[in-house]
Order: sequence, then C-alpha cells, then structure tokens
Amino acid sequence: MSHVIELKCQNGIARTDLDALRAGDSVELTGQVISVRDASAARLAAAVRDEQPLPVSLEDQILYAVGPSPAKPGQIIGSAGPTTTSRMARFLPSLFTAGVRAMIGKGELHGEEAAPFLSQGVVYFGAVGGLGALLAKQISSTRIVAYDDLGPEALYALQIFAFPVVVIIDRHGGNFHETARTQWRKAR
Amino acid sequence: MFRRARRSRSRRPVADRRGGPSRLRQGRVAQRPDETVRSGRTADAIRRGEVRPSAEGAQAAGPPSSVREIDVSVLRDAVARLIVEANYNIPADILQALRDAIDREQSPLGRRTLEQLVRNYEVAAAERRPVCQDSGVAVVMLEVGQDVHWTGGSVQEAVYAGVREGTRAGYLRWSVTGDPTRMLRISGEETPAVIHVDLVPGSDVRILFASKGFGAENMSALKMFVPADGVPAITQFVLDTVDRAGANACPPIIVGVGIGGTFESAALLAKKAVLRPLDVRNARADVRQLEVELLERVNDLGIGPQGFGGRVTALGVNIEVHPTHIAGLPVAVNLGCHSTRRISTTL
Repeated sequence: MSHVIELKCQNGIARTDLDALRAGDSVELTGQVISVRDASAARLAAAVRDEQPLPVSLEDQILYAVGPSPAKPGQIIGSAGPTTTSRMARFLPSLFTAGVRAMIGKGELHGEEAAPFLSQGVVYFGAVGGLGALLAKQISSTRIVAYDDLGPEALYALQIFAFPVVVIIDRHGGNFHETARTQWRKAR
Repeated sequence: MFRRARRSRSRRPVADRRGGPSRLRQGRVAQRPDETVRSGRTADAIRRGEVRPSAEGAQAAGPPSSVREIDVSVLRDAVARLIVEANYNIPADILQALRDAIDREQSPLGRRTLEQLVRNYEVAAAERRPVCQDSGVAVVMLEVGQDVHWTGGSVQEAVYAGVREGTRAGYLRWSVTGDPTRMLRISGEETPAVIHVDLVPGSDVRILFASKGFGAENMSALKMFVPADGVPAITQFVLDTVDRAGANACPPIIVGVGIGGTFESAALLAKKAVLRPLDVRNARADVRQLEVELLERVNDLGIGPQGFGGRVTALGVNIEVHPTHIAGLPVAVNLGCHSTRRISTTL
C-alpha cells in the first residue's frame, strides 16, 4: 500500500503502463486528462455514434468524471473531486471505441457497467469522493475544449500532477471494490 | 499526504480553522430586526375586543405584543451566509468523528483515505474553498414560531434569493437544474431550494441549512413494509441500502433512518435524522439501542472509507420515529456523505 506508482499521461497513457497495474494499486498521475460529466458524456457519445468529428481526440486519453466549482479570482480551478462514474456508464462504450484508455471517477461499477472496461481493457481509477479542495491543488491548468454552454459540465482539458488515484478495475479482471469488501466483511 | 502544489501556502493552526458555527456566532449571522413598536395596553385591549384593530389603528399601535415582525430580507441574508459557511466548513462533530475514525480503521488504505479527508476539510476551511465541488441542493428547514409575522415579501423567494446570492458570492457550483425532466432548456444560475417549515410555539425562527450532495442522495431508498415485518425488516433494509450504495455514497457515511408516519413523512424523518448531529442520540432508549446495533452491523459490511475496504463505513446511524397507521411500517433511509454539510442559526 505504501508503494505509489507514478505514471505519466501527457500524450495519453501507454498500454504497457496500464498492463502493469493491479486492482488496489495506488497511483499518482501526471499529464493531461479530459473532463466528462452527465451532459458532456452524452453529447460526446452521440458524436461518436453519429460519426461526427470530435472536439478533442480521445485516442489513448484518460477521462476524468468531474464538474468543478468555479475558480475564485487567482485560483486555477475551484473544488474538483470526482463524481459518480456509474451515472455515465451507458455512454462509456461509445467513448471507449474512440480510443479512451482509462477513466478516473468515483464509486462502484459491477456487471454490465463494468463489462465495457473489461472487454476493452480500459482501466478504471478511483479518486476519493469529497476530496475536492485537496484534489484541486493537483491541477495546474484548465482549458475548455468544447461544450462551454454546459457550464460546470463543459469539456475541459486538465493538466494534473501527482494526482492520487487507486486502481479499481485493472486489465486482468480485477475489481477492487469487490475484493476489498469481501476481504473486510465480517460474516454474521 | 500527496505533494504540495508549487505555490506555497501558509498553514494556520488547526484550532483556528475549526468550528464554522462558532465563527458564525461571532459574526452574528442574524440580528433581530428593529424592535417592533409595541403597545401592550392596546394589544390587550384588542384581544379583549375593546378596541377594533382597524388598519390605521394597528399601524399606529403596531402589532399585538405577542407578534414579532421579521423582514424576509433578514432570512435572505442569513441563508446567503449559511450556504457559504456550510460549504467551506464541515460540522465540527463530523470532523471530530473522522479524526477519531483514523485510529479505529485497520485497513491501511482506509486510514490513508481518512487522513486525506481530514486534510481536505482543514484546507477547505483555511483557504475558504468548497469542501466538495458538489454544492448540492439547498435544503432549508425552518422552525417558525407561530407568533412570527413575515414582512417585506415572500419567504420562499427570500430563501431562493439567499441561496442565489450565497452561491454566487461563495463561488459555489450551480448544481441545480430548474427542470428535473430536462424537457425544458433552462440555462444559467438556477437556485431553487427545498424548504420545509415546522410551526412551533414562540417567536423565534430556527434555520437548519444543509447543502445535500447527490452522490449519497441518489443511493437513498424508501419502502412501505407491513407491521409483521417489524424491526428485522428495518435492519435488513438499512443494511441492504448501505451495501448497495457502497462507494457511491462517499463513505464513511451518515445513515438517516425515518420510521413511521406516511410515505412522505418517513422520507422527511430520514432527512431530519441524517442532519442530526452525531453526538445527539434518540431520546428513546430502545431506538438508541437500535442506532448502536445498526452502526455496528453497517461497519461490519467492510465497505470502508471510499469503498476501499475497512472497518469504518459509517460515522453514525440516526433514527427518527413517528406514529403510523395500524396497517403500515414506512421506512426511509437517507444517506449522507462524509461531508454532510449542515449549519443552523436562530433569528
């Protein structure tokens, strides 16, 4: 647990890096991620489905499920912790076919919701929900790349550094939320 | 914790950052409006029917002495301050419960997560940032003394305006959509609130303000049981709801359970339960015992902080009960994340 794996994702993330990860690993990510949320994920998925040009390339990219609060004057971003991934599960298969390699979010994915991750080899990273003030400090720049009419749900390119996550779904069939619960559950 | 941003920031001692409510108290959230003109003799005469309360007469004499006038702008300003303070400072009892939980947690990853949460709340308070980007739905519970007379406009509009002003001034996210069906396209700064009013004796107004995040709200549940189902069914329903919520509700959570009443009042009881401070237990000994047992069983689920596994899944189980129909047993479970933001004041 004490060991933290540092990974770069400036120009997407390498499959070999992802292959080495196991559910439960602690990782710090440095590079670029693309924000998604309910409304932007829906719009992006529709663009993929309709074979429209995408506003940003998703090839080898990491998506981050986040809808930040507004930045105060002098701040880079407001609070910016993860939101629940499963709400967007139905849009993810389309986004994965556009080349997404990993996703940061929070909360559980099981069964049908986890299946696209396992079949496409997409890694699911869990960030800590409700850590918005602290995680904002690991974001060094933001840029709206599309959908700015969606307000907090706009599509942002975020530069992150030493951004702490835990591997939830790995490329080997592991699902950390399931195994952790089994390990710690007290039988009655 | 993790690496610091390049910008260096001063660190204030922990003691300075705690206790949002006390700072509010010092800052005098609300003051009584200008003392209303009181004329005890006239009011008594009106009550006895000796003087007819004509419009002119009432204006000249002021309202009867038992009536307190409060301008709705006082409520608006209080709400505007409460929403900001609630979002920058989690309640002291929750922060203390998280600190205490660090020692209790046996999972190393769970312990690290709890330490991160405490640090998050310290940073948010010190730098006056929202503890979470989800500023939630504003839930405003008003206990209004029945001798209060509101002046200057609509109570509902005043609450909405307070939420709007506080959201803007505090750089909180516009987290509410005006149309839940999304059939209407509503853009911009929409801040309707959910308001509950209880009428109580007296002339005070107590405001319990909560910013309710939807990670946990989405995982809440209500079920109409039958009397024969009894306490075992209540217990199982609570455990199933927490288990199904898992990491989504942002554990360690607070579990609010409402038992009894009707369909809608069970939900409201559960909301009141989840917003009850962790150091306040139910007045009934048997219900209190059920709270303790349920907390133990919830923590045995093993979900742990943020669903990473561990001993600390919930910080508390709060139960509220109300009489119900002889044919019924409504049970509602309202979940609150570890940053269940609530704050209260009295006008």
